[in-house]
Amino acid sequence: MVKRAVESVPKRKPIADKIFKMCATLAGVFVLVIIALMVFELLMESYPVWEEDGLSFITKTDWNSVEGRESYGALPYILGTLTTAAIAMAIGVPLSLGIAMFISDAPAKLANPLGFIVELLAAVPSVIYGLWGLYVFRTYFRDWIEKPLHDTFGDSIWLFSGTPFGLDILTASVVLAIMIIPTVSAVAREVMKAVPQQQKEAAYMLGATKWEMFKLAVFPYSKTGLIGASILGLGRAVGETMAVTMLIGNATGLKAIPSSFFKPSQTMSSIIANEFNEASVASLHLPALIAVALVLLLIAICINIVAHMLVTRMLKVKEGAINN
Amino acid sequence: MSAQDKRKQYRSMFKQNVEKRLVVDKIVRIIIFACVIIAIVPLGSILVEVFRNGISAISIEFLTEIPGSAGSGEGGIGPAIQGTLIIIGLSSLIGVPIGVMSGIFLAEFSTNRLVKPIRFFTDVFMEFPSIVLGIFAFFVIVLIIDDFSVWAGAFALSLIMFPIVTRTTEEALKMVPMTYREAGMALGLKKWVVTFRVVLAAAKSGLITGILLSVSRISGETAPLIMTILGSNQFFSGMDAPMDALPLRIWRLSLLPYDSAQLHGWGSALVLIMIILAINLGVRYAFMKKGFSTNMLGRLIKQRSSDQK
Repeated sequence: MVKRAVESVPKRKPIADKIFKMCATLAGVFVLVIIALMVFELLMESYPVWEEDGLSFITKTDWNSVEGRESYGALPYILGTLTTAAIAMAIGVPLSLGIAMFISDAPAKLANPLGFIVELLAAVPSVIYGLWGLYVFRTYFRDWIEKPLHDTFGDSIWLFSGTPFGLDILTASVVLAIMIIPTVSAVAREVMKAVPQQQKEAAYMLGATKWEMFKLAVFPYSKTGLIGASILGLGRAVGETMAVTMLIGNATGLKAIPSSFFKPSQTMSSIIANEFNEASVASLHLPALIAVALVLLLIAICINIVAHMLVTRMLKVKEGAINN
Repeated sequence: MSAQDKRKQYRSMFKQNVEKRLVVDKIVRIIIFACVIIAIVPLGSILVEVFRNGISAISIEFLTEIPGSAGSGEGGIGPAIQGTLIIIGLSSLIGVPIGVMSGIFLAEFSTNRLVKPIRFFTDVFMEFPSIVLGIFAFFVIVLIIDDFSVWAGAFALSLIMFPIVTRTTEEALKMVPMTYREAGMALGLKKWVVTFRVVLAAAKSGLITGILLSVSRISGETAPLIMTILGSNQFFSGMDAPMDALPLRIWRLSLLPYDSAQLHGWGSALVLIMIILAINLGVRYAFMKKGFSTNMLGRLIKQRSSDQK
């Protein structure tokens, strides 16, 4: 009798649950499909360029959209993106870590509002950073920093040659650095907060000063998270479009190769934003821009995958060390 | 050497050691304080300038009328405000269901072997350059229907939105105790009923926080709109026509050399910042649970590291 009752319970799951599971799985797989479709689509649409130039598209430096003399190369923009991102990281990351250290250690009365401001600034859209850079920051930066630098080092060091005009690599990079500060410091603060209080107290108890406490207790524990935070900042700096477009001066072709801080240049995303609507579908111009977008996408994917892998692997190593 | 001399020697060594360390400590403190000042000045200046310059542009006319001819200083940004609201609504319509379902998949079907790659690629996708998403929407929608379209813009923005919703949903669902699900199952409820009526209801505030944060993120996106909705001077005129949006309007104004364009740019920036501030403050005070911060990336990194442990 008992056996019968058990058998009468349907073994299969109800249909509604099957549909539910299917929907959820479909929504989950959506992201994989979109990524694959995106890479495929960009590859297809930029095919004429790869057919014409092959991989030399990446190393060529000219950019000419005049009909009949069309020739496109992405090297200046790749260099532009890498240079601006590198300068932005060099300025932004130390500042962000400093802010994170300050906030994680300051009394709550000071830390809370400061942390709140930093979080709010992470939400300010990049086009507003661009607007501020264009109308406010540019003039001050040109008169107070670029001109003195140029006057002192302009003749001896090639990095500082060229006339400072305000719309150049250095301005764009510094604004980029300001933009990544909220992101990086918000993440870094969160990571530093996660350090157990006992670790810090142990360091203090050994007689450490505040700085030594950070060196002994906070940095070793939060190293992976801090690296992750910086690389996320790098990803943001590489993909950033609007603020850079408004500030970098928008040179094209050979002129855009970054050879001095005070030269207008161009990044991959800014050339797409500037020229996309003017490019005609029929010519090579649009495929060339798509090819630039493809390169940008691949670089961004690589940075992000490396960042996530690195954090994962280092965490595993650390865990092993603790267990042993 | 007598014991006393020795003690004296040790004492002086100790003093030297401590003095050096204290000096280093003081220098580092000064450097860190300088970092904060250096960073806060420009960041504060942005907010101050936007409010100071924007406030003089704001008027009823500015908020409701269509833009006048370039450089005349007349007209307003009515179409841009309307467009921003429309595009936020439409992209939420596409992005939220996908994001929530995908978050449910990650949290409730966590034994599935697809979960790990999907979580990984959602994290990676979240950091994709937004302009590339715009190009993708351009090819998938604009080229096919042969006109700039509101749908294309909404699609591009929903692509930015859904990974954020996915990860916040997943995290909010994971905070719901297992016993809730077990209780539902014990009542003989089907899994989808348990998920929607019990688990999602319990995770409501986390869910809404995630959605609102993703809305505040997309409301400032400019790059993908350039190639999808293009921008326009008129009010909304149909789904398959160009439309205006606040970030786009700010960008177009910044390209004009006139003082009046600059003033309008500041005004638009103020309106946009007010929208985003309202969303963020709203989230903070209405839905924020203890320990649930608006800092998306920080939480994700923390979660990732706790997953690994």
